[in-house]
Amino acid sequence: MPIIGALLILGFGKHARLTAALVAVLGQIVALTMSICAFVPTLHVHGFRSVQNFTWFTFGDQPLRIGFMLDPLAAAMMLMITFVGLWIFVFSIGYMAEDKNFSRFFAYLSFFSGAMLGVVVANSLLLLFVSWELVGLASYLLIGFWIDRPSAAAAAKKAFITTRVGDMGFFLGILCLYHHAGTLLFYDGGRGCLEPAALSTIGSSVTLVALLIFCGAVGKSGQFPLHVWLPDAMEGPTPVSALIHAATMVAAGVFLVARVYPIFSVGAINGVTSSLAVVVWIGVITGLMAALIAVAQSDIKRILAYSTVSQLGLMMVSLGVGGVAAGIMHLLAHGFFKALLFLGAGSVIHGLHHEQDIRKMGGLRKLMPVTFATYAIGMMALSGVPFFFSGAWTKEEILHATSHWPSSHVPYYLLLLGVILTALYMTRQVMYVFFGNSRGHASEAHEGPSVMTIPLIVLAICAVAFSVFLTPAWPWLESYLTGHTAEFDSHLLIQPMVFVSLVLAGAGIAIGVWFYRRAGEVDPLQQKQPAVFRFLENKMWIDEIYGRTIIALAALAARVSDWMDRYIWDGLVRGIGRVGQLFGAITAGTDEGVINAGVDETTDGARGFGRVMSRLHSGQIQIYLGAVALGMLALLLFYAWLI
Amino acid sequence: MTLSIFLIVSAALFCVGLLAALSRRHAIFILIGIEMMLAAANLNFIAFWRFGPQSPYPTGVMVAIFSIAIAAAEAAVGLAMVIAIYRHFRTTNVDQLNRLKG
Repeated sequence: MPIIGALLILGFGKHARLTAALVAVLGQIVALTMSICAFVPTLHVHGFRSVQNFTWFTFGDQPLRIGFMLDPLAAAMMLMITFVGLWIFVFSIGYMAEDKNFSRFFAYLSFFSGAMLGVVVANSLLLLFVSWELVGLASYLLIGFWIDRPSAAAAAKKAFITTRVGDMGFFLGILCLYHHAGTLLFYDGGRGCLEPAALSTIGSSVTLVALLIFCGAVGKSGQFPLHVWLPDAMEGPTPVSALIHAATMVAAGVFLVARVYPIFSVGAINGVTSSLAVVVWIGVITGLMAALIAVAQSDIKRILAYSTVSQLGLMMVSLGVGGVAAGIMHLLAHGFFKALLFLGAGSVIHGLHHEQDIRKMGGLRKLMPVTFATYAIGMMALSGVPFFFSGAWTKEEILHATSHWPSSHVPYYLLLLGVILTALYMTRQVMYVFFGNSRGHASEAHEGPSVMTIPLIVLAICAVAFSVFLTPAWPWLESYLTGHTAEFDSHLLIQPMVFVSLVLAGAGIAIGVWFYRRAGEVDPLQQKQPAVFRFLENKMWIDEIYGRTIIALAALAARVSDWMDRYIWDGLVRGIGRVGQLFGAITAGTDEGVINAGVDETTDGARGFGRVMSRLHSGQIQIYLGAVALGMLALLLFYAWLI
Repeated sequence: MTLSIFLIVSAALFCVGLLAALSRRHAIFILIGIEMMLAAANLNFIAFWRFGPQSPYPTGVMVAIFSIAIAAAEAAVGLAMVIAIYRHFRTTNVDQLNRLKG
């Protein structure tokens, strides 16, 4: 649906701004209603799954079948995407009001939304991959939306290339899977590739397939080592960051792992397989690393970007240890509150006329009250303040699942550390931006128009309300996602885990408040531990390492190819051309010298002969007579000789 | 009188006539040379008839008479041509009659 909207907007041209916005928003609303309609029947039946496959085209006698499917996972994702997307669209109307590429923006947004929905409802790995690539394309267009900014274009290119690296692995995984299982449909009445029959035919290469597909998720969701594009992607407009990097695109990676989870978990011993272990470790490394870096960043959006990376790591860990439902729940909740945080940041940036450095903000609590309130709610949700904020419950679930992982307890402790850091950096950000005295131009800030504030409020309410759905006391959502029955159990409301998370979050917030209370232009951590701060601030030099090694290699390869092309292949082509030219010269020479000269000689000879002959025709009778007499004499002699 | 005497005389006469035809400039003189050549041929015929196998027919004489008649006609024609040429070219010098030169 939204893709149709995108096409319509592009058709209208760039002057029909209001129409563009209306069409986009309308498209989202329609998609939302359709999602709700799709969602409802999945509520009634446990383990609901509805599949619709059709043949796309046929290779000779091999039909290529793709299809759409609807199950609880897909329905829940669709709801989140369309709902959050709708409010982001509304917000963008206010944020992009002064931009002259307004219609193009909404066209791209609609296109992105459509592609993302395609990823979610696909029943075939091929269709998913196609939509995946479309999402990547849309993100490239959106990150580099401000085309006259070279940093934006570079960031868009980096995003696309980095995700491409992951997609290569993904594609190899698809090929491998197709080779073994013979079909790319997920569920096909017993023949699909996620169903037991096909899984057993994959045999021992299932780990390889799973890891290759995971490569795609690593790229798209920004796990270590392919996370480098996410912070740079903040060059795009803030609504783009909200949509892509908070709620949807990065979630696609997590969604992918959840979707092909049966492949990962084949041959599980106590719920542990080697591919899942890889997922867990990468997730842990990502989560911790990103949280550390976030403590030292000074751009408001970059902090949120690293926070996203960290949370995604968390989700990967959850999927890896077997808590699929918990991970997906955290994904949905994260969608809501991260979008809320990004939009809040957007409101702040808009209010301060596009200033993004938090060291130059402060005291906005009084100047932008709505933004402050909603942002605080989002921050508390992210940090995991329990009971009322959704993020807490899901984090708890994840920690709970991680603590029971039979393979190792190290991820659990590292995740605990990550939770503290999360609370810490979010508090730091809030202190810098909203509390304290105004630094720089902050005193001129004003609240945004209501198109911007209303989405903030709605999302904040959702973040809180969602927590109702998520309490372990009533594991409705979990049962919905996994197909088990649910029961309401008030004991589980108070658990030891709740205290642990309360303590951790509280500790993080307390440290943050105390540390940054009187923060000035220079970060306190920077004052006390400059070396550590610099290390973290420069993103642990990972970008630079990449630049020296991989990019330098690629540049070298490009230069070598260019040299070869210029001198060797081109030389070859020119050489062949010269041979042709030589041929031509020889032929011309032959024609000139031999043939022409021959003809000339012949004619000269003929002329000479003629000249000689004409002397005989003197016209004098006596000469003729003399000739006759001579001839006769000759005859006579000849006669005499004969006889 | 042997045959060879006659043949020699006839040959000598022919050569004189040829010489005259080839080396004189006047057209009529060339005609005289041609007549002499014909006379030599006649002499040859008579000689061979006289000293050849005796036959009742006067073969040689008849040929000689024919030959004289034809020579006369030819001379007439030749003279007529000379007169025509003289009327056109105003000269009888055959060296100057080279319009057929090519």
